[in-house]
Amino acid sequence: MRPLTEEESKAVFTKLANYIGKNLIHLIDRQDEPYCFRLHKDRVYYVSESSMRLGISVARPNLVSLGTCFGKFSKTGKFKLHVTALDYLAQYAKYKVWIKPNGEMPFLYGNHVVKAHLGRITEDTPEHQGVVVFSMKDIPLGFGVTARSTVDTRKLDPTAIIVFHQAYVSSTVIRFLYSPTPSDVGEYLRDEDTLF
Amino acid sequence: MGRRAKNKQGAPEPLEKKTYSTSKKLGKRKADSDSDLDDRATTRPPKKIKDSKAKPRAPDSKPSSKAKGQNKSSVKTAKSIPKSDSDNDFGDGWEDVEGDVDVNDEFSSDEFQGITNNLDDLSEEDDEDYPLRSTTQKFDFDTDEEEEGIQPVLKGNKSKQHERPSKIIPTSSDGSDDFDYDESADEGRVTMANMEARSRALDAKAAAEAELDEEELQGAVARKDEDDDFDMDEADEENDAEPFHLPTAAEREAEKHAGGPDLQVVQRRMRECIRVLGKFKQLAEKDRSRSEYTDQLVADIASYYGYNDFLAEKLSQLFPVAEAVEFFEANEVPRPVTIRTNTLKTRRRDLAQALVNRGVNLEPIGKWTNVGLQVFESSVPIGATPEYLAGHYMLQAASSFLPVIALSPQPNERVLDMASAPGGKTTHIAALLQNTGVVFANDTNKARTKSLTANVHRLGCKNVVVCSYDGREFPKVMGGFDRVLLDAPCSGTGVISKDQSVKVNKSERDFTMLSHLQKQLILCAIDSVNPESKTGGYIVYSTCSVTVDENEAVVDYALRKRPNVKLVETGLSFGREGYTKYRGKIFNPSVSLTRRFYPHVHNMDGFYVAKFKVEKRSKAAATVEEPVTIPEKFVLGEEAAVEQVQEDVGFDSEEDRPYLEEAKRRRMKAKGLRPPPRSKPAHRA
Repeated sequence: MRPLTEEESKAVFTKLANYIGKNLIHLIDRQDEPYCFRLHKDRVYYVSESSMRLGISVARPNLVSLGTCFGKFSKTGKFKLHVTALDYLAQYAKYKVWIKPNGEMPFLYGNHVVKAHLGRITEDTPEHQGVVVFSMKDIPLGFGVTARSTVDTRKLDPTAIIVFHQAYVSSTVIRFLYSPTPSDVGEYLRDEDTLF
Repeated sequence: MGRRAKNKQGAPEPLEKKTYSTSKKLGKRKADSDSDLDDRATTRPPKKIKDSKAKPRAPDSKPSSKAKGQNKSSVKTAKSIPKSDSDNDFGDGWEDVEGDVDVNDEFSSDEFQGITNNLDDLSEEDDEDYPLRSTTQKFDFDTDEEEEGIQPVLKGNKSKQHERPSKIIPTSSDGSDDFDYDESADEGRVTMANMEARSRALDAKAAAEAELDEEELQGAVARKDEDDDFDMDEADEENDAEPFHLPTAAEREAEKHAGGPDLQVVQRRMRECIRVLGKFKQLAEKDRSRSEYTDQLVADIASYYGYNDFLAEKLSQLFPVAEAVEFFEANEVPRPVTIRTNTLKTRRRDLAQALVNRGVNLEPIGKWTNVGLQVFESSVPIGATPEYLAGHYMLQAASSFLPVIALSPQPNERVLDMASAPGGKTTHIAALLQNTGVVFANDTNKARTKSLTANVHRLGCKNVVVCSYDGREFPKVMGGFDRVLLDAPCSGTGVISKDQSVKVNKSERDFTMLSHLQKQLILCAIDSVNPESKTGGYIVYSTCSVTVDENEAVVDYALRKRPNVKLVETGLSFGREGYTKYRGKIFNPSVSLTRRFYPHVHNMDGFYVAKFKVEKRSKAAATVEEPVTIPEKFVLGEEAAVEQVQEDVGFDSEEDRPYLEEAKRRRMKAKGLRPPPRSKPAHRA
């Protein structure tokens, strides 16, 4: 466990900023308790400082996780967000997408969000913007990247993809063809082995 | 879940497909039902009376029965009627008079609503259907067979069984269930409609089986050295007068050679053993000891439910005999599926609403928890709903709420969960802490920490540190916890309904090893607690086992080893008290503050919870006691000892040698070596 280097922080924060934009500041400057980012075995954890101090006494080989896992660095040095960061992303997300009940299960099985399933979307969402996907009951389900801007979606046909489920085309272990990268909570079921 | 539960309940059926080999009576009844169906109403009551009258005489009528062999049944019946009237006070006298009517009434009111005119057919149905019933029902329904004496016990049994599953497992065969009411009434009507045809078909089958039965009867008779088959009634009489003959060791051996006993026989023998052990003085055969009956019962339990002998004995020692069988019976039925609301993300009412909308049938578990929900039936997989994945609830057995409730962690505390995977209790603790403070979730098994971490993240617990140590390393890694939960690794004898493999794969060695490990762990847990803690200083020890050597013995050990801990109330409103005495072992009286939970009583997994409070280590307490007691001992013997010591100060090696040698032998034995035979027995003398 160690603090992030300059480069690593940059990678992490750029990625996060794609979803929460300026709200990133709320993650770093918290009102309640100082929190910090820590790297442990390629994974980035977001943890309160008090927990982190206690966690120091656990030896490196024995420490499995602490606080919230935000994602991991790939071998090539790229940072990938994990669905475990969803709680914070959902809290601070700038752009949101709500999907209808009949679209929930397809999304949880790793499919993209099509227009027919789209319930609501934040006004003026640009193209290729990171968005957090909610159910109509405001339960955060995952996150992804928009395929089109809000304006463009109006003229699309119902089967067109609105949100790409795969936020990143990368080199994770692909266990299911329909789920190239984990970014929905269904991943807790499917990818438990690779997640942590 | 409901569907699965039904399947599970149905499972025991194949065991009983065998035909009756025990009673001659049935064969005869089948035969006569074949010949004359309508006569039954008139023939049965006298027979009934005879049965029930003959029964009480069981112990002493055995030798005389042969002499009376020539008596005609009619004479017998005539004789018995006045007699049964006269000794009405004899336990089951009331059944003699109106036994049949009673039984049938019960059935009609209980089960077959509105059918009262078909009493005969009903009772016959019972008789014929009997072999197909599943085990639990068996105890309820075979009232008119040979049960008069055992009736009270079984009634208690039945009522309990009803209390229990009626809420949780709606069995369609259990007619008294509220929500199955209409269904069962329908069934009754259908049965009534084709009752005639069905009973006729059954009769035909019975006739065919009658011959088979006859043969089997011969076998049974041969076993008892009774070949008086010439008079059926007499044979009947015999059978009832000697309802139960405990097989001798030789007979059991023979039985084993013949490939094990018939399950029907075993079941009946178990019932009879329970009955006899309940009223041993009156019912036992002469010159048979109580232990013979218990041994037989344990052996039968082992073979009937498929336990190994060791475990069957160990578990049945925990309860009175009748309750023991209930326990084993309960282990065959799955416990209800329960979920715990994650209060970090939602509220129970909202969650229940969301799940009901998905077609899940559920209800709060009980008053003792405000986060638990019990799932009766679900049209969707309960472990893959969007709510589950979003971490709004956790699939968790009701029993695993208990240790956390007992621990009752307070916000801003530092809590350790020593054996935490898969994280049900850890996340519960984190929820009670409201994501403040810190929870250390430890598990020895690295592979299991994966699912632990996944659950921790899914449920949104942000204050959890997951680590993978052997629990015994713990005070060294880190101490100073406000509360420690030790859900110790155990034999799992409380969760046999979940994991049937426990029945056969646990031996004495496992229990010794486990309790050894548990004792080490509990001391580590105690040492990890900060006794100075302002809000806490508590330890909860729990296991999912019911045996005493994993529970009370461990707790008692901890109390003896650590004088600064004491047991406190668990804060659980129900559960049985822990044993303070068990088979010659006497535990600390405060062990009664611990709580035991049983599948057959509380309808949750067998569980054990103990809560300790760690006090400051007071050096004074330890030193004050010793100086007071030890010098006193010396003082007493001092005068005499001083003189002796002065006489011969040196070692007497000759005298010491046998002791030394004995110690050496013991050391070798402890190492697993075989000591040489005692060379000089003279030393011993």
